[in-house]
Amino acid sequence: MDLVNPGFGLVFWTAITFLILLGILRKFAWKPILGAVSEREESIKNALQSAEDAKKDMQNLQADNERILKEARAERDAMLKEARELKEGIISEAKEQAKSEGDKMIKQAQATIESEKKAAVADIKKQVANLSIDIAEKVIKEELSDKKKQEKLVQDMLGDIELN
Amino acid sequence: MRIGNLSAFILGILMIIPLSGFAKDNEVVESDKKFDPNEMIMHHVKDAHEFHIIDIDNESISIPLPIILWTDSGLTTFMSSEFHHDDNGTVVVEKNGGKFVKLHEKIYQLNEGATAVEFDDKHHPVNASKPLDISITRNVFMMWVSVLVLILIFTAAARVYKRSEDKVPTGIAGFIEPLVVFVRDEIAKPMIGEKKYKRYMPYLLTIFFFIWINNIFGLIPILNGANLSGNIAFTCTLAVFTFIITTFSGNKNYWKHIFWMPGVPVPMKIFLMPIELIGIFTKPISLMIRLFANITAGHIIILALMSLIFIFETVAVAPISVLFSLFITVIEIVVTAIQAYIFTILSALYFGMATEEEHH
Repeated sequence: MDLVNPGFGLVFWTAITFLILLGILRKFAWKPILGAVSEREESIKNALQSAEDAKKDMQNLQADNERILKEARAERDAMLKEARELKEGIISEAKEQAKSEGDKMIKQAQATIESEKKAAVADIKKQVANLSIDIAEKVIKEELSDKKKQEKLVQDMLGDIELN
Repeated sequence: MRIGNLSAFILGILMIIPLSGFAKDNEVVESDKKFDPNEMIMHHVKDAHEFHIIDIDNESISIPLPIILWTDSGLTTFMSSEFHHDDNGTVVVEKNGGKFVKLHEKIYQLNEGATAVEFDDKHHPVNASKPLDISITRNVFMMWVSVLVLILIFTAAARVYKRSEDKVPTGIAGFIEPLVVFVRDEIAKPMIGEKKYKRYMPYLLTIFFFIWINNIFGLIPILNGANLSGNIAFTCTLAVFTFIITTFSGNKNYWKHIFWMPGVPVPMKIFLMPIELIGIFTKPISLMIRLFANITAGHIIILALMSLIFIFETVAVAPISVLFSLFITVIEIVVTAIQAYIFTILSALYFGMATEEEHH
């Protein structure tokens, strides 16, 4: 029966020893060990969470990039179209302007030519008139150099007047 | 082919070792005239006042341990070596005005005027009384050794965490951490619950490693099987701690389940009350007996198998005894961890029951 009869001495020492052991290990072992383990678990959890967040951010960023690229492409297309239209506008305008300018210049030129022509014709007429007068003068001088001729002329003239 | 050679070699060694040991042990047996396996086993399983190491030429070599007694005349202390290995009450030690004898590892104080212990026909001393004995016995001594080892191991592990910046377990912490995490994740969390387990962690961890290391120390032959965790005083104390913590952490829901079981008819409530009340006490008692019986049984089996050699008084039994006790020892190594685990998980279960919230 001795075997199943708890002896006081051992109960006494076990209780004291266990309480001291519990106190020491609690302060110097369990607290730091459990603290470190949970701290590390926390940091792993956080790391995984931030990795997940980073992944999400990355996806967002990618979506953003795609959107921006799309927008940029659309903008570029729009700009190109605008530029083309602008170019065509400018060209046609320039053409029109050039045409009207040309027309104007042609008209002016024509007017100038016309006036020059008139002036030239007038000049020629004048010269012809002068020339004719000179010739007539010379012819008359020649004709009236002798008396017979003068008389004949007078006769002719008189004859003409009579006819009239 | 290699395996065959190896097993033959091991078998050979197993044959030789007991043979060489036998010659010496035989002398002892012969000198003791008669080998009493019961006495030998009980001597090993029970506590002792000296740390007996070996007998050489009938001369005991042992470490004396202090004897501390609380007698009528106050605290009395002396070394157990003063009994000169006597365990039959023949050597009388006089200290502090009292006469003391050691009889079957119990210290008796002789009554006033008596000079030698006298026995009745049942071999009980008639003229002596037992003073309060708080000696540092073999078990207490081994307990302190185990405490020292535990403190060294775990403070060293704790230092690893303190030193390292990234809290990576290296060295001894790498060995300790899985065990600590096991107690937390496999014992405390499932049994007590995620919310409340933290309060009980120091107790559960301490009790787990304290029981485990003492189970292991009990298996080391040179320590003469200081059978601490197979001593009912030890298991009783730990069970009482579990009982106290369970009782004091019991919430309203816990006591309601004991005194007025919800969800059953009134006659059933009255019927269940005494059963539940007894249940409060049977839980720690089962803890106490389970650990004590498992560890003591293991020791008794190993010692009994060894005793066979001396009972049959033939070498031929030795290989069988050694092989079987080797087999049992290997099982016992597993049992050391299993029993520590069971004691801890059941303690955690009781704490969990005491703190469980009402289900809706």
